[in-house]
Amino acid sequence: MHDEIRQILAQHGRLPVDVQTLSDDADLYEAGMTSHASVNVMLGLEDHFDIEFPDRMLKRSVFESINAIAAALSELREEAAV
Amino acid sequence: MALRVGTDLVLIETVRDSLDAHAEHYLERVFTEREVEDCTMPDGIDPERLAARFAAKEATLKVLRPRDEGIPWSAIEVRRNPNGWVEVELSGPAQALAADGGVTDLSLSISHEGDFATAVVVASCSQGMPTSVR
Repeated sequence: MHDEIRQILAQHGRLPVDVQTLSDDADLYEAGMTSHASVNVMLGLEDHFDIEFPDRMLKRSVFESINAIAAALSELREEAAV
Repeated sequence: MALRVGTDLVLIETVRDSLDAHAEHYLERVFTEREVEDCTMPDGIDPERLAARFAAKEATLKVLRPRDEGIPWSAIEVRRNPNGWVEVELSGPAQALAADGGVTDLSLSISHEGDFATAVVVASCSQGMPTSVR
């Protein structure tokens, strides 16, 4: 999952650094991701994983790192499986 | 009574790219139907106007100061007054957050020129901190 997230970040995150150089815990906003770019990352994730982030997840902390995004996706998948 | 100020700057090209990449998905998730209507010109959607509205939403978030609340962008709506100026209308979780923090009387100004769109929001705040953390 982390590799797929990195691909989406590379495609939509408009990061000024190579996403492959960032650790899974690196703060994406500190790395240069703007709030508008985070919208595009969210849309890319929704398209790729065929999910929809609910309103409660539309907050900065969900998109602040690769690990945070992975945790949110796992949570959504678990909810969908119930 | 204190004042809070929020501002944001958006590169219009990024909005144009979002429209190209995500089209309706982008519009539906970020903007209200009214906002899309206000940004629709005879020759299509105007990215400059959309960018100014996105900047307004982010500027408003800076005034609302969410901690870990999820706030959908559609809960912050930019409305064009018939007399020409713009106003912010909050709903759902954005409205609740404003109430919790005592934030009232939001005033908005938006502009775009060249590559950028910008917005400034000023609001009155009757509380120093949200009630949940006082």
